[in-house]
Amino acid sequence: MDTTTLAEMTGNIATVGYGLAAIGPGIGIGIIVGKTAEAMARQPELRGQLQTTMFIGIAFTEILTLLAIVTGFIF
Amino acid sequence: MLLVVLTVMCVIAARAKLVPGKAQSIVEMLIEFVNTSIIQNTLGLRAGKQYAPMLITMFFLIFSMNLAGVIPGLNLSGNSVIGLPLLLALWTFATYVIFGVRKHGVVGYLKHETMPPGVPKIIYLLLIPIEFLQVAVIRWASLTIRLLANMVAGHIMMVVFIGMTHALLFSGSALIALSPFAGALAIGIYGFEIFVAALQAFIFTMLSAVYIQMATSDEH
Repeated sequence: MDTTTLAEMTGNIATVGYGLAAIGPGIGIGIIVGKTAEAMARQPELRGQLQTTMFIGIAFTEILTLLAIVTGFIF
Repeated sequence: MLLVVLTVMCVIAARAKLVPGKAQSIVEMLIEFVNTSIIQNTLGLRAGKQYAPMLITMFFLIFSMNLAGVIPGLNLSGNSVIGLPLLLALWTFATYVIFGVRKHGVVGYLKHETMPPGVPKIIYLLLIPIEFLQVAVIRWASLTIRLLANMVAGHIMMVVFIGMTHALLFSGSALIALSPFAGALAIGIYGFEIFVAALQAFIFTMLSAVYIQMATSDEH
């Protein structure tokens, strides 16, 4: 390593891709679960139905992150 | 794994009694859970009965296959190879298209799925291709990828953490002190994987039920 470079990195920038892809769905799932907890606190008798809706919402959000895993394997 | 589950189920079903024993009541509890909280909640009582055999089979197939991924010695979940999730997703796809067409007719079904009512006319230009793509491709593709990627990622995570424990333990330096924490983390991940196995079976069955319900519901 010559002295003029201060910091040097080797490797592929694509390795950080999954980390970046996890940010958005992470926020999304946080909001979904938080709101569901709020709703369950307001209407405890609707608990089952709310949980079902929550899981469907999580499944739709989660797929974005999982796509990142799969893309990482494909390309 | 599948053979084991089939055998156990057959034995229990053959010895089914009016007053259930321990094993029978566990199986009945699981089936009851799938039947009420997944099928009847989304499809309703009458339509639920029609699709119950398919969805319950699906649930138990996915669940047992996923559990194979966390039992030591069985090594790999059947769902972490693309064939099985793809087959199951196409099964769902075929079911909802066939029953949707049978109920509404071909044109009626397409209209029902791609033209939600109460939208301004001009938006339809944009909406119809999107919705059609979603019905025809995205639904089953996302079912496949969700199950597959969850199982693959879970397995990789377990390998990484157990590998880390191993590497720290044999590093021969002060890092050995860290290895118990890594080991505890690995066991934690292991427990999490058992939870994920159940959750993915639940979600897959749930979404299948929702898609069937969307396809066969009446006009609002």
